[in-house]
This record gives sequence, C-alpha cells and structure tokens, in this order.
Amino acid sequence: MLSSTADHLYWMARSMERAENTARMLDVTYRLSLLKQTVAEPHHEWRAMLSISGLHEDFEARYDEPSAENVMHFMAQDEKNPGSIYNSISSARENARAIRGAITSEMWEALNHTWLEMRKIHDKGIADDGVSPFFEWVKARSHLSRGIAHGTLLRDDTFRFLRLGTFLERADNTARILDVKYHILLPSLSDVGGAADYYHWGALLRSVSSFESYRKVYRDLITPTRVAELLILRPDMPRSLTACMNEVNRLVQEINGPRSSELVRRSGLLSGELRYGSIDGIFARGLHEYLSDFLERIYELGDLINTTYFWSTDELPAAMFSSLPAAAPSPTMTSSSQMMA
Amino acid sequence: MIAFDEMHAADGAVRDSYRSYAEWLQTIPEAVTARKREEADLLFHRIGITFAVYGEDAGTERLIPFDIVPRIIAAQEWQRIEQGLRQRVQALNAFLHDVYHDQEILKAGRIPAPQVLGNSQYRKEMQGVSVAGKIYAHVAGIDLVRAGEGEYYVLEDNLRTPSGVSYMLEDRKMMMRLFPEIFTRMAIAPVEHYPDLLLENLRSVAQQGVANPNVVLLTPGQFNSAYFEHAFLAQQMGIELVEGNDLFVRDDTVFMRTTQGPQRVDVIYRRIDDDFLDPLAFRKDSVLGVPGLFNAYRAGRVTLANAVGTGIADDKAMYIHVPEMIRFYCGEEPILSNVPTWELSKADDRKYVLEHLAELVVKEVHGSGGYGMLVGPTSSKAEIESFRAKILATPGNYIAQPTLSLSTCPTYVENGIAPRHIDLRPYVLSGKEVSMVPGGLTRVALKEGSLVVNSSQGGGTKDTWVLEN
Repeated sequence: MLSSTADHLYWMARSMERAENTARMLDVTYRLSLLKQTVAEPHHEWRAMLSISGLHEDFEARYDEPSAENVMHFMAQDEKNPGSIYNSISSARENARAIRGAITSEMWEALNHTWLEMRKIHDKGIADDGVSPFFEWVKARSHLSRGIAHGTLLRDDTFRFLRLGTFLERADNTARILDVKYHILLPSLSDVGGAADYYHWGALLRSVSSFESYRKVYRDLITPTRVAELLILRPDMPRSLTACMNEVNRLVQEINGPRSSELVRRSGLLSGELRYGSIDGIFARGLHEYLSDFLERIYELGDLINTTYFWSTDELPAAMFSSLPAAAPSPTMTSSSQMMA
Repeated sequence: MIAFDEMHAADGAVRDSYRSYAEWLQTIPEAVTARKREEADLLFHRIGITFAVYGEDAGTERLIPFDIVPRIIAAQEWQRIEQGLRQRVQALNAFLHDVYHDQEILKAGRIPAPQVLGNSQYRKEMQGVSVAGKIYAHVAGIDLVRAGEGEYYVLEDNLRTPSGVSYMLEDRKMMMRLFPEIFTRMAIAPVEHYPDLLLENLRSVAQQGVANPNVVLLTPGQFNSAYFEHAFLAQQMGIELVEGNDLFVRDDTVFMRTTQGPQRVDVIYRRIDDDFLDPLAFRKDSVLGVPGLFNAYRAGRVTLANAVGTGIADDKAMYIHVPEMIRFYCGEEPILSNVPTWELSKADDRKYVLEHLAELVVKEVHGSGGYGMLVGPTSSKAEIESFRAKILATPGNYIAQPTLSLSTCPTYVENGIAPRHIDLRPYVLSGKEVSMVPGGLTRVALKEGSLVVNSSQGGGTKDTWVLEN
C-alpha cells in the first residue's frame, strides 16, 4: 500500500476516534459539573480537563475563564483549536477525501454526511438543541463510521491501518480520561464507597460506556481501584488500555514490513506489561505516574509507526533496494550520482 | 438564426433517433420526472461528485448540473464520427512524433516551421526522445459541435490532460438508476467499460520487456478541480492514485513509497501539466512533481501518458493545420471538418475580424476552459470594444471563428423544458490500437442563448446515447 494512503487511513480513523473521545470527555465533565462542587475552586473540572489535554495555553490565550460554556465552545466547535470536535471531524473527512478510492463508497458517504451536518451544527452552535444531544450525535456518527468500516471493508492493510489509528487514539484517550478524573476525584478517595463516589465514578464509567459492564464484572460498590482496574487491565473491556494495546500489537504484527521489527517489539512489550500487570502494582507506583508514562510510550509508538510505514525518501536505507528486481539497463546514460542528489 | 435541434425537426416533428424516447417520455407523469430530478441532485451531492472552482473562495465545491434528457446519436451518424476521430487522432500522433524527430511536414513546407518551432508549446527537450509505440496523445478529448444535419465540426483538440470522462460514466450510471426501464426498451451502446479500455491502453504502452507493468495515476492533489475524476478513475482501474511525493527517482527509475518499501512504477497516467512534472527539468517551484522524472522518462524507463510536449498539437494556432496533417500523414481527406478560422496574426484576416467582431467568436490561442474569449453576438458594445483593444495589443494571441449555430437539445430549466446549446467530447484512446466508447460527454450551456458549455462557466452535462443498429 502507498505510504501516503496508509497515513491518511490511520489519521482518518484517529481523527474520528478523537472526536468521539472529546465528546465523551466533555460529556463526563459536564455531568460532573452539574453535581455539587467538591472543591472550593470554581471551574475545577474544566481547568483539569484543559490541562490534561495539553490545550490550556491555547485556551487561556483566547478565552477569559474556563467556564463550562467557554471550554465546551473551545473543545467542540472552535475552528482555531486543532483538537476541537469540529476540526477532528473536518480532518477525518479531509483524510477520507484524499483516499476515497481506497475506502468503500459507504464509508466516504457517511463521513461526508457527518461533516456536512457538523457544519450546520457549527452555524447554529452546539447548545442549540442542548449539549448532551450533540455529544450523543458525535458518538453515534463515530459508531457508524466504525461500523461501516467493519461491515464493508476487505480485511487487508486498509482495514488494519484504520484499526491501528482507532486503537492507538483510544488508548491515549482512555488514559487521559482516567487521569483527569482521578485528579479531580482524588480528595474524595478517603470517602470510599460514599454516595459521592457513586455519582462521580459512575459518571466517569458512563462516559466510557462502561457503567453496565462494571456492574456485571464486579457486582459491588463502585470504588476507584476497581474502576482503574476495569479501564486499565481488563482485556475484555473494549476501551481498556489492555484491550487497545492487544489490538495494536496484533495489527502491527499482521501489517509487518521490512522495517517493522522495532515497532513490533515495543508494542509487544507494552501489551505484555499490561497483560501481566496488577492494579496493586500500579497504585503502588502511583496511578498518575503510571498513566503519564503510558501516554509517553503511546506517543513514542505513534512516532515509530510514522517512520516505519509512512517513511520519507530522506531516510531511505540502501538495504531497501536490495530486494528489488534488477531494472533493465537504461538505453541512454544519465549520471546517476547527479540523480541521487 | 434557428439552431438545429437534436430532438425536433424544424416542423416540430420528433426525429427518428428520439422516437422511442419521446414515446416513453409521454407515459411518464410530470410529477415523476420532477421527483427523479430531485433524486439525481441529492445523489450527486451525497456521492460528492463536485468540482472545485478556481478564483472563488478556496475549497469551494460545486455540483455540475446534470440534465435528465439524454442526447441521442443515431448509429450511422456515430460510425462516421468514430472514423473521423480515429483518422484525426492518428494524424495528430504522427504529427507529434514527426515534429520531435525528422520534421518531415515542416521540410515539405506544409506547415510553416516557425509556427511550430517558435511556439511556446513546442518542447525542445523532447527532440529525439523516443516514446513507447510512438504514441504521444494516449487520451484525446476531441470537442465536436453540430451545426446542421450531418454537419459536425471539430471545435478543438484536447491532447494534454483532457478531463470530464468521469461525468460521462456517472451520468450513465445515474440514468440507469433513475430510469432503468428505458434501457430495456432501447438499444443503447454501453460506455461503462471505459476504465477497462483505458487500463488496457495504458498497459500496452509500457516500456518493452515489462511483463506486468505497474500503472499509476498521478494527480496534483485534492484541491485540483478534477480531483474527483482522478480518484474515480484510479479506483475503477484498480491502480494507485499517487501524488508527486508518493514517487521518487533513483538511478533513472521511478519508485513509489509503500508501507512495504519502494516499488517500481512503469506507466504514469499523469493529470499534471508538463510544467509541473519535474522541478529539475521544468518549473523549479513545482511542489506537485517528481524530481528526476524527466530524466527517467528520456532514458525510456517510464512511460508518461500523455507524453510531454503534446501541447504543440492542440494549440489553437496549430488547429488550422490539422486537415493538412491528415492529408500529409494519412493520405486521406479529413472526415471531420474544422471550423473556418481566421488568424489574427495575418493582416487580411485581422482586418476582416476587426470589422466583424459583433458576429464572431474570438479566442485566445493558448486559453482554455472558456476563459478569455469573446462571443460577439451575445456581448455588449463595451465588451466588444475592450476586447478590440486586447486584440490590437497582441494580435498573434488570437484566432476568430464564425459564430456557429450550435445544435440544441431539450433541457430542463426553471420553467419547464427548453432547447439549450450542446457540444460533444468523445474520448479517444491510443496505444497498441485506437479505441473509444461510443459517444462521450455532452455538455450543455444552461443559460438561454449561451454558447459556452464549460463547467467552469455554468455549463451542465447530459448522458449521451449512441443507438445500436
């Protein structure tokens, strides 16, 4: 497959997954902000959300205070914020447009439709029908895109690069959601099993569609430790770090290629550590420290995916040509050293 | 001046070619056709068949209007057109090979040498370069207009990167989707195999000895006005759609970057202009091209379709010489006529044209897309006078033609059906053999009385039916 096609597929899936996760993150923050304030500082949740997304500087440069309204505007529909839902959907659609020949027409039509709708919503403002219906809509469109890919695509590298983008982005987002909420909810840790826990951790679980699963798995009170275990270590939870990394690891092995050994090794290592990790070990180290380290390694994996599959000719090793069929001798001579410049 | 109408004779009677269609149309209630038109609009939007417009806000995408009344061509009439097209394109290819090699036609004095060698479209870099099969214009779009019964004229030859064929294919698909029953009632020649013909044609011009040539389509990218078509054709042919930065050259060999490493490329169906192909050989500021591509091409290691330098043959200054090319290379009289043309570089012609501007069409020699032309009969005095000044400043830049009464075809407009002017662009493929699908793209000028059919100027398209015997 063309490197640029793979690149577009990967980013198309990442962007759509990011739009969905941003909607999830905003949704849970919004729900939490409706509850009684647990800390004296106003807008605590919104501030935390901005800082964990790494966007607080951009925000502060253009907005006054991190009120619910401002942050939601910034994260959902701000055209100047590259991470906004608006721009994520736009980027998913632009990437799809660049490779519409490589995906099924149903996939293109659905994404194009999502973008056209997003523009209409953008003109009216996301709060026009209430923010929750908007978040639901974003999630539904993301589900639709993924579902169409699943139901219509040939299981070749096209499918694999899409999935690779989805799971790497999702791992990143689950880790961030967990980190930001843990940060906010920390003061209430002493109050284990209290009503506040139920609402706060319940809201977090709902934001990653895991509330019902939690009940089924634990049949017990909602506690921070169990929530963390569910979202980090359970391989059967589709949004958990382990589930995402198992997928990523499987995909890079299937795609393979002449230069992918380092990528396969590193993703295998990360997925193995998760598989055999324990929640006590993670808490002993500190959940925040653990998640920060995980996010860093995800970032490095993304870098490695870039250089392995989406390589540029600047870093072309001579070895890559060794397996090529010898070209027929050229009838007229041109200086080849000149061509290499 | 009453134009020839494709569907109705002067006395209002329906012509033979349209008889079955007209009978069928009468059985369709108006409400149904209205609904079908809405459906077509919706489908084209959803599928995203749009084209970008230059000079408006960046990223503007517009739909090319599609009209549901087909343009129908009788079988015998098409046969003659097809023969004429084959003859013309063969002569044009022979001319291209000749002017970049022995220049026999210039030596014989049939075309003034300075008009060719001094033309900005003549690529000296191509002199002596041998291209596979001596084919230069692998894909030619020949614009035809009809002025009367059996009276077809070639308006211009497009031999660089002619576009529009995707609309021909999508229009047919749309008609079959909207009105499947008519296709069982009438014998309409199929066009859907065009991508197969094109692929076969491209594979046939790979350099010798390549068993399974790797063909790619090179596009300037998604902001090009014809990007939809590039993606569409690549997908239909099952070949890679590449941009300049997907390709690179090592040792005069072209490779593409893939997730599995470099892969050799043999034939490039390029939809990028010559100037932008290779920043080392042509425009240095081009970011669309592939450095070193032209050297690989000259070394015979890759085929470009169309070849570099075809612009010399479809230049409007060369147009007037095409009938002579046909006589010279084919030893035959041209089957398709040229429109009579005045060259404003000639004093006599210029004098006549300047006296008759209000009746004539004046075109820029190097212009395309319907920009930079004057349609005398539909222009205001002020427009004509300002054009006169432009002509006087650089007369050699212009040619003039009589205002042909382009044929019309019934077309849906705001207040029902009315006749609108049309033209026809068949696509002629040259490789080991010359091939084409029957018909081509019919473009229609949607403005009443307008003769400009270009999509960039508000033109629409129609499905084109060639009847089978």
